[in-house]
Amino acid sequence: MRLESYRSPELSRRLAARIAVLAREAGREIAIMEVCGTHTMSIARCGLRSLLPANIRLLSGPGCPVCVTAQRDLDRAVAIATQHPVQVVTFGDLFRVPGTQGSLEQAKAAGARVITAYSPLAALEAARAEPATQTVFIGIGFETTAPAIAATLQRAHTEGLENLSVLSLCKLVPPALRAILTGGQARIDGFLLPGHVSVVLGTQPYAFVPAEFGVPCVITGFEPVDILQGLVMLLEQMHGRRAAVEIAYRRAVSPDGNPSARALLAEVFAPCDAEWRALGTIPASGLALTPAYTLFDAARRFPVDLPEPAPQKGCMCGEILTGRAAPADCPLFGKTCTPETPVGPCMVSSEGACAAHYLYGAR
Amino acid sequence: MCLAVPARVVELLPDRRARVDLDGVQLEIRTDLVPEVRTGQYVIVHAGFALTVMDEEEAEETLRLLEEAYAPGELPQP
Repeated sequence: MRLESYRSPELSRRLAARIAVLAREAGREIAIMEVCGTHTMSIARCGLRSLLPANIRLLSGPGCPVCVTAQRDLDRAVAIATQHPVQVVTFGDLFRVPGTQGSLEQAKAAGARVITAYSPLAALEAARAEPATQTVFIGIGFETTAPAIAATLQRAHTEGLENLSVLSLCKLVPPALRAILTGGQARIDGFLLPGHVSVVLGTQPYAFVPAEFGVPCVITGFEPVDILQGLVMLLEQMHGRRAAVEIAYRRAVSPDGNPSARALLAEVFAPCDAEWRALGTIPASGLALTPAYTLFDAARRFPVDLPEPAPQKGCMCGEILTGRAAPADCPLFGKTCTPETPVGPCMVSSEGACAAHYLYGAR
Repeated sequence: MCLAVPARVVELLPDRRARVDLDGVQLEIRTDLVPEVRTGQYVIVHAGFALTVMDEEEAEETLRLLEEAYAPGELPQP
C-alpha cells in the first residue's frame, strides 16, 4: 500500500490551496472541532494550522480519554492502588495525571504496585503469572480501546480467572458530541470525527449531528493528507449548504464499522451515565459491565474511601476541552504548568491540547 | 490514546492470534475483533488487537481521486 503518499507535501499544499479558496468563499470565521487526541497531535506535529487561512479555526474537543476522565474516577483508581493489596495495570497516559491525593505514579513511588502497559492483555498476563495477587486494570478509552478491553475480559471469563478485574472508565464519543452541541459552549461549524473510533462505530451513531443540529461531519484519518482532505470535505458540505456524515478515511472505515467489535462490546459492556471532566454527567456516555461480567468490576470488588475533590485553581482544562479557550489563554500555561510539572490533564496526556501546543506551538 | 498503526499479517496463528509486520518489525497481535482476517492483508493495530482489516483498493482509489482532482497545474475552483 502507498501509505507514504498520504504524507505527500505536494498533495498537502494543493489541498490547502483548495481550502483557501473555499474559506475565502465562506467569507466568515469557521470553527472546526476535532474530537480525537490523535488528531490534536497530528495537526500540531505537522504544523497544519500554518497551512490554513486565518478564518479557519481548529478547536480541540473532548477527544483525549485521559483529559476527560473525571477527578473522582482518577481518585478511585489511586485509592484502589493505595488502599488494597493489589497490582494495578494502567495505560501509560494515565500514570502521571494528578488526582486529589496525587497520581498513580506518586502512589507507586510510595510503595503501591502500579505497572504501565500498552495493552489490556498485559493485565491478563500479570493476573495469570501471579494467581495469588489481585490485578486491577484501569480501563480508560473510547470505542477504539473498549473492544480490546472487552476481548481481554472475555478471555478472563472463559478461563475463569478470579484475580483480574477492571475499573471501567470507558467513554462513548457520540453522547459527548451531543453534550457539546446542546451545551451552547462554543459555536461549531463542523466536526472532524475520530478515525479509529469510527472504525468500530461506522457512520450511523453520528447521524443525529447533521440531522438534528445541521452540523457537517467528516470521519478523518491521521496523516496530513487525510486531515486536509477532511477539512476540504467539511468546507464543501458548508459551501453546498449540506450536512451529512462523510468518510475521508475509507481505507480503514466502512459505513457499517466493525460489527464483530460492537458485538463483543455489547456482550461485556452496557452504556451507563458517566461523569466527564468539564462536561459533567452525560447520559449513557460510559460503559458499565453487563450482569454476566459484574464479577470483574473492580469498583465493586475494592470499595474505597474517596477524598473530597479539590479543583485546581486557575487551570482552564475545562474551558479548553469544550472549545471555549485555547491553551495559551490559560494563565498557568507554560509557567507553572508544563509537561514536566503538569497541573491539568491536558498537559499531562501526551495527546492533550496543552501538551501539543507546548511541544509544537500554535502553528 | 486512539493511536493505531497499519501492519501486514504475515501468519495466522492458533487461538485467534497473528504475526504481523509493522515497518519491518514482527510482532504478535490478537485477531478477536477481525475473525475474517487473512494472511497478507493489512490490519490496523491498537492496544495489541487488530481493530479492522484495511481496504487496499480504497486506499489506492482515494489517492487516485485526490491526485487527479489536485493535479499540479490549475488550482481547483469551487
